[in-house]
Amino acid sequence: MKKDRTVTNIFLAGVGGQGTILASNIMGHVLSTAGFEVKKAEVHGMAQRGGDVVTHFRFGTKIYSPLIKYGDADYLIGFELLEGLRYINWLKNDGKVILNNQKMYPPAVNIGEMSYPDDIPGIFRSHFGKNNVYVVEGLEIARKLGNIQVANVVMVGAFSNFLPDLKEELWLEAIRNLVPERFQDLNIKAFQEGRRALG
Amino acid sequence: MKRVIMQGNEAIARGAWEAGVKVAAAYPGTPSSEILRNIAEKYPEIYAEWSVNEMVAVQVAGGASLAGVRAMASMKHVGMNVASDAFMTLSYTGVKGGLVIVIADDPYSHSSQNEQDSRHWARFGKAPMLEPSDSQECKDFTKLAFEISEEFDTPVLLRSETRVSHCDSLVELGERIEPNRKIGLDRKEASKYNMIPIYVRQRRLVVEERMKKLEEFANSFKYNIMEINDTRYGIISSGVSYLYAKEVFPEWSFLKLGMVWPLPKKMINEFFKKVKKVAIVEELDPFLETEIRAMGHRIWHGKDVIPAVYELSPEIVERAFKGKRYKTPKTRMDTSSLPKRPPNLCAGCSHRPLFYVLKKLGLFVFGDIGCYALASNPPLEAIHVTICMGAGVGMAHGAMKALGKEGLGKSCAVLGDSTFLHAGLPPLMDIPYNKGNSTTIVLDNMITAMTGQQEHPGSGYTARLEPTIAVNYDEIGKALGVKSIRHVYPYNLKETMEIIKEEVNKDEPSLIICKDSPCILLRRAKPLERFKYPAYRVNEEKCRGCKACLEINCPPISFIREEGVTKDGHKRKGRAFINRDQCVGCSVCEQVCKFEAIEPVVN
Repeated sequence: MKKDRTVTNIFLAGVGGQGTILASNIMGHVLSTAGFEVKKAEVHGMAQRGGDVVTHFRFGTKIYSPLIKYGDADYLIGFELLEGLRYINWLKNDGKVILNNQKMYPPAVNIGEMSYPDDIPGIFRSHFGKNNVYVVEGLEIARKLGNIQVANVVMVGAFSNFLPDLKEELWLEAIRNLVPERFQDLNIKAFQEGRRALG
Repeated sequence: MKRVIMQGNEAIARGAWEAGVKVAAAYPGTPSSEILRNIAEKYPEIYAEWSVNEMVAVQVAGGASLAGVRAMASMKHVGMNVASDAFMTLSYTGVKGGLVIVIADDPYSHSSQNEQDSRHWARFGKAPMLEPSDSQECKDFTKLAFEISEEFDTPVLLRSETRVSHCDSLVELGERIEPNRKIGLDRKEASKYNMIPIYVRQRRLVVEERMKKLEEFANSFKYNIMEINDTRYGIISSGVSYLYAKEVFPEWSFLKLGMVWPLPKKMINEFFKKVKKVAIVEELDPFLETEIRAMGHRIWHGKDVIPAVYELSPEIVERAFKGKRYKTPKTRMDTSSLPKRPPNLCAGCSHRPLFYVLKKLGLFVFGDIGCYALASNPPLEAIHVTICMGAGVGMAHGAMKALGKEGLGKSCAVLGDSTFLHAGLPPLMDIPYNKGNSTTIVLDNMITAMTGQQEHPGSGYTARLEPTIAVNYDEIGKALGVKSIRHVYPYNLKETMEIIKEEVNKDEPSLIICKDSPCILLRRAKPLERFKYPAYRVNEEKCRGCKACLEINCPPISFIREEGVTKDGHKRKGRAFINRDQCVGCSVCEQVCKFEAIEPVVN
């Protein structure tokens, strides 16, 4: 029974305030419009305030659990390097990781008690091979576009390359649906730059 | 039919709309807040209000039901503790228009002060409870809840939880159908609704009869579903727990309960006949397990392998049944040794300077429910007790009564504006009346902040953002008998410290209100306009690396370990750094710095 089911598991990890929820909403809109069953799970509320946030995102033909099984993620999208690393064990052995090359220091690092891990992409490469680790200059691309808040959509654009059957227009339509009108152009540019970065 | 992706809470709101609900009331609380927000934003046919607390929300819904329309109240699990007084007796009176109370549990306490299992309310209050597992069921069960409510003359509980309310999945949309019922109040029905002892005793019997009928109904309820596959192993489950079990053991047999109270006893008996080994998979308490054991069944596994604490997950369920056969996925590194990232107060938040002051004054702080609970984390560590909405005020008074004059100058209670209105008034009233002397600080940031910016009676707007009255906290304090009422502007550390110090040392009740300090995320209050400069930076020639600015735990400030000397020759082990991307210019760090090493950035 289980074998008939094809499911793709995407684990999104970031810092509260980075906009991982908008990112996963765009993905949800795109994949449900494309005819897949979609489930996604995230935690809101106090856990959001600058803390680590994760989204479990699953799509396929038939999905039961909204949560990805530990160690069963096909993709890990790290919106921040340390947050990506925190969930390294959630990836399958043949999984792929897409990292935003952005560091946000947690309190223990800020006050000098602990140090921020070195060369996080290198750690991923040592476990998954260099062909499965993708680093995106999400923050810098967003900064050039004039608003660092859109790094999340840059990452969505980068990730869109891994679903080559879905046309760009589907993604743009999702952005138009979910982003307030005055920010649409900016977010569309962010998406396109991200898509180009790994395209 | 059109299928759209929807969050569980959004689907409950949609279900209420399709069911023809006319009145919806709620007090925000994670993970339930989006239910009323969605109703207020999308469904103008429904009157929607943020009530002052959950009990009022249930009262409002109860009154609307009595007048003949369908009505709904929604809240988080602990909200039901507040609302229970109304619910426990509404269960006796029954309803006219359908009455549904939505309770959203929070296993693992992602954003709560405890982890209670709301299914107990159904048994305790003698009312049926439905439990959806995904967004489609959220919508369908909400509609069914109204039908059951009217058919059986009972309030119906709908239990959600974090992984249902805050999960998105596909939903088939339907149309709104308003029930064709006469509305109005009928004075002749007092014996049904007026719960004085003589009528209570009559209704008590009706309730028992109703529960018997509901149990019969449960046996044929179309969302109590038996799936017979492999008859060697079977699982009885409900809600999201069912989805976890189905994910990992799809070949087993299942009895999925859409209605978790009363239980479909015949159906359960039948399942035990058909399946050899029956296990129960449920989050939190052994609710189903206790009941099913009491029916005389032998259970293969239940809480002996499934944890009774925190959330479940597919791998927890898999490991529970496979035991040693469970293959743990490969561990590439020990991630528990990575620096943790606890949630923190936002950069520029007005709570940060206030709690810094309380810490410097060495006060024992009776906290409450809100964002400010984040001031508990190191390095601030400025809250020492948190129990429930309003508790800090009453507990500070009680502690002062225990300590007598010895306690003066040593403690205070803090609570947010929304929390103050929700549950802070009765304990505040208690203090002057009983000749107490404790200090209460209202952290007025002009909105219910933690749950995502909901309006309240002090914010000046309704749930639909219509301007309305705004409660005046000074007048409340005066009316309740507090004579010493002071204002502080938390961003001025020195003045705030002086005022609080004076008040906590006074041998009389004090009420301190934080003024002009809106939530930094509340755009309409233009919080950033209060700040003179757009940001601050560290002057590297002056910073001595003393780390005083790190004590405020502001997200943009970090410490760079790098030995050096200041311009005037002081050796240092490192220096502070302010990330311009995150700094909003609140100036608190500048006030904390003793060496004038933090300077404004002038654009």
